[in-house]
Amino acid sequence: MATLIIPTPLRKFTNGHAVFEASASNVNELLNALSSANEGIKKHLFDDSGELRSFIRIYVGDEDINELKGGNTKIDDQDEVIIIPAIAGGSK
Amino acid sequence: MSNQFLPLDVNEESMVEMKAHGEDAFPNECCGFFYGEERDDVRWVTLAKRIINVKEGDQRRRFEISGKDYIGAERFATQEGLTLLGIYHSHPLHPAVPSKHDLEVAMPWFSYIILSVESSGVNHVRSWQLNESRIFEEEVINKNQLKV
Repeated sequence: MATLIIPTPLRKFTNGHAVFEASASNVNELLNALSSANEGIKKHLFDDSGELRSFIRIYVGDEDINELKGGNTKIDDQDEVIIIPAIAGGSK
Repeated sequence: MSNQFLPLDVNEESMVEMKAHGEDAFPNECCGFFYGEERDDVRWVTLAKRIINVKEGDQRRRFEISGKDYIGAERFATQEGLTLLGIYHSHPLHPAVPSKHDLEVAMPWFSYIILSVESSGVNHVRSWQLNESRIFEEEVINKNQLKV
């Protein structure tokens, strides 16, 4: 099964677990499996149109999926997928 | 002020460090992470660490933390046996209140400490957390080191 690393702020939705494992052939399947298994997490990953929120970055190993095939990026059981929130903001 | 979130207790060392960072960076925005633990219904903040603002262009109204630095913060927390509790950043010449942009990219569970900074120094420190509706609610900071 592929491994998904959960960042600290989203662990409240995974009972505190930092790692989620599921069988999936691509990133979209893995994220959907995460959302289905953990109530409440989906709205913090996806916007109302079902798109990954712009400030959520997904890495497969050391590669940003935006540099690969996005949500269709294929993964296998050896892959480690990481959710990284983009931290930004400002007074304006 | 929200009662649904645990109050923060920020130790003097952390508050001094965040305040100094805000003043050092002025008139630009500063940013960093803070760590500690949740215990006895309190978020104890025991360590604040500066992070480089990688926002390209004008940093007087914007900050950005690189993905690499975020990963580093998570790893640091694990290695040190701490909990990554949130992010601090400054608002030069603006209130310590989250902006629309702050809200758009905020994560749940994290505390967001905002320092309002003027040329004379930090004049206000407030903390915020997203509620279930993705709206910021203010958190209580116990023993606030700054007299407002």
